[in-house]
Amino acid sequence: MKTYKLTVNGELREVIADPGTPLLWVLREELKMTGTKYGCGIGACGACTVHLAGVATRSCTVPVSLVGNRPIVTIEAMAEDPIGRVVQDAWVLHDVVQCGYCHSGQIMTAVALLKSMPNPTETDIEESMGGNLCRCGTYVRIREAIKAAAQQLK
Amino acid sequence: MTATVNSANRLQLTRRSFIRVSAAAAGGLLVSLYLDLPLIAQESAKPKLQVYPPDAFVHIKPDGTVLITVNRLEFGQGVQTSLPMVLADELDADWSQVRTELAPAADIYKDPLFGIQFVGGSNSIAHSFEQYRELGARTRAMLVAAAADLWKTSPSQCRTEASVVYGPGGKSATYGQLAEAAAKQPIPATVQLKNRPQFRLVGKRVPRLDSRPKCDGSLKFGLDLDIPGMKIAMVAHPPVFGGRVKSLDDKTARGVEGVLDVFEIPLVKGTGVAIVADKFWTAKQARDRLKVEWDLSAVEHADSTQLSAKYKELARTPGNVAVSRGDEKAMDAVTPGNRMVVEYEFPYLAHTPMEPLNTTIRYDGDRAEAWVGSQFQTVDQMAIAEVLSLRPEQVTFHTEMAGGGFGRRAVSDSHVQREAAAIAKRLRGVPVKLVWTREDDVRGGYYRPMHVHRVEIGIGPDGMPAAWRHVIVGQSILAGTPFAAMMVKNGVDETAVEGAVGTHYNIPNFHVSVHHPTINVPVLWWRSVGHTHNAFVMETLIDELATRARINPIVYRRKLLKADAGKLRRALDLMDEKSASWRTTLPKGHALGVSCHESFGTAVACAVDVSIENNRPKIHRVTIGVDPGIAVNPLTIESQFQGGSAFGVSQLMAKGAITLKDGRVEQRNFDSYTPPYINDAPIAVDVHIVPNSEQPTGCGEPPVPVISPAVVNALAALTGRRYRSLPLVSL
Repeated sequence: MKTYKLTVNGELREVIADPGTPLLWVLREELKMTGTKYGCGIGACGACTVHLAGVATRSCTVPVSLVGNRPIVTIEAMAEDPIGRVVQDAWVLHDVVQCGYCHSGQIMTAVALLKSMPNPTETDIEESMGGNLCRCGTYVRIREAIKAAAQQLK
Repeated sequence: MTATVNSANRLQLTRRSFIRVSAAAAGGLLVSLYLDLPLIAQESAKPKLQVYPPDAFVHIKPDGTVLITVNRLEFGQGVQTSLPMVLADELDADWSQVRTELAPAADIYKDPLFGIQFVGGSNSIAHSFEQYRELGARTRAMLVAAAADLWKTSPSQCRTEASVVYGPGGKSATYGQLAEAAAKQPIPATVQLKNRPQFRLVGKRVPRLDSRPKCDGSLKFGLDLDIPGMKIAMVAHPPVFGGRVKSLDDKTARGVEGVLDVFEIPLVKGTGVAIVADKFWTAKQARDRLKVEWDLSAVEHADSTQLSAKYKELARTPGNVAVSRGDEKAMDAVTPGNRMVVEYEFPYLAHTPMEPLNTTIRYDGDRAEAWVGSQFQTVDQMAIAEVLSLRPEQVTFHTEMAGGGFGRRAVSDSHVQREAAAIAKRLRGVPVKLVWTREDDVRGGYYRPMHVHRVEIGIGPDGMPAAWRHVIVGQSILAGTPFAAMMVKNGVDETAVEGAVGTHYNIPNFHVSVHHPTINVPVLWWRSVGHTHNAFVMETLIDELATRARINPIVYRRKLLKADAGKLRRALDLMDEKSASWRTTLPKGHALGVSCHESFGTAVACAVDVSIENNRPKIHRVTIGVDPGIAVNPLTIESQFQGGSAFGVSQLMAKGAITLKDGRVEQRNFDSYTPPYINDAPIAVDVHIVPNSEQPTGCGEPPVPVISPAVVNALAALTGRRYRSLPLVSL
């Protein structure tokens, strides 16, 4: 067990964990931030996506020991983020979610996309959202909501 | 799961139901609807004391909040919005003041037509529509009666709108103000329900109520549950179903910091090793370090390659008769040139809902508490009680919001809950959350069964099928479950043949039989159940016949549909109309595929625009025509059809199969069993609903059966090949 200082949503948090513990489980179990979801544990579904130093990252495959001083941003901070809020609103307006389990990850990926590409094409959306699984199959509405959010942010 | 109940029974049942009312402890009005007798109930065979808990369906609080309890699991299908809409409409409640909650397990919340509390067979709305209307209408009547008493007038002089009762002379009172007085009113014996044009919410595109908390991370699913003192459990399962622990070396596992206990537990079949730890990661690390020697000698080692050969052999012999219509010898009259014999093969499929399976239980000796995202609340509650030697009512069972399910959370043997209960029993007083990892889920069985179909068709001079002999081979989902008595008849499991036996096509000489081999692989219903493979076979064959007859596939289907297939015909006509503009202007390299199929009472027709990209089908557009009776929430229906189209594509994915080798499942996670991502799913899906004022039918499962045959029909047009073996490994 080791002590780690993490910057999560702008706050400095101290956790004691085994170095190999994935960031996902540190967030969920040590910091009680359960908005970030466990779906596969191998980086194949995207439900655990967070922003690590601004990059959309699968938190299930990043050991806490490798986070270093990179700031972590999770779904819990999106309502306060100017782009995050617009994306969440677009999601609600377009009635995107069904079971909703994957959508923390979908939204984190979409926000990262819009931060780097304010005007994504259909191909950009497919490429950046391409690793986020939604078993309910809400993909049609995800596309619509991202395009609407991009429009809103213009 | 399917079962048909005719509407006469439904009405009779509604009349037999009665209501109990009480003043809520916190003030306000509580209304509960009780049913004196479940119509279809394996549990009802055993007489037992009916316990009416003080729970309620409606709670109108003094501040005007209308809390509506939903007797179903919400796992994406939108029932936590649509059923409250039905009640709130008859109640004339102010929708903005409506709040909802999921019901715990209790007799009162059982399906009005089944003896269990469940979600399945797409019948949440179909079975509870009248129930929730009656609840709303009776509550409204009591509020009106209270107002009439107050104003010394008659109820007929009052009207209601948006949670307010209006009386003569400009008088008005809110539901919140009237709630306490209304609770003292007698429950009306009969109540007038609205006529269709009077609906204010039903039929409107009402946004779902749970969007925001699902978008900001605040909504808690079962897996997110955190109770003080809670521990995490995992189970090491045998590598072959039914295997047993022969010897266990847990020294290294126990050495992992945070591990509390390691012990053998019984499974539904065989035994496993449970690990209890402080955290998920600790439990996982410990499980990876277990050294278990398994005894696999007494169990069959299923093997997909061998099963395929065995099933194909079986398919050449007639099975148990599911339907026999017309002349069995009609085939002989057809010249060999007009006969075709085809064979189809479908693999096992896992459901893989996004939220991995989990169950939390605390056992306190004389009672227990359970938290489960369950499609089978009362069944799981009974199983937990049995393991803990308690009565079901001693197990407080909370329905947790679930991250998908698609049938996987409706398991007759409650195997996950039994594991959790066995662990909780040993850790008396400690809440324990059992987590199945994704690997446990992919490898853990309870799959859509593997199937082989063999179909012999004799084609008439008009190009239409004159004779049809169809043999289906696949495990029975229901064999050995309490449902078998009701849904397995003459050796035919209706969930294996649904979608074939009840075809709406007019085939004069039609014979379907089935073999149900017993295989050591647990099987389960997978969203749309038997329709997944039967619709694929029927709709690809009908398409092939149309091509052969050189008749437009929509025209061919219309010609072949029975005269009484009104719903399907209307869905087909609507799809035809709405897809006409793009169908006739397809770009080069694109092809049209169509299909239509009725399941769970809902008729669906679809047209798809498909091209081939990177050797995979690219689905550019889907146009759906659907007839679901009354469309309670057209927005939910649209979402279900868009999502269901993507779900149906699971069958076509290159890595869309569960296979076994020497008894072991060959896939382990989403890397080897891969459902559709955004690039694999349709880009656009437009959904068109046939206006219909008949009783509503479900929309959860009916989207699934149509999409894969439509896509494959388009591929056939592009490549000239017919695809009879899923998944689509190559084009």
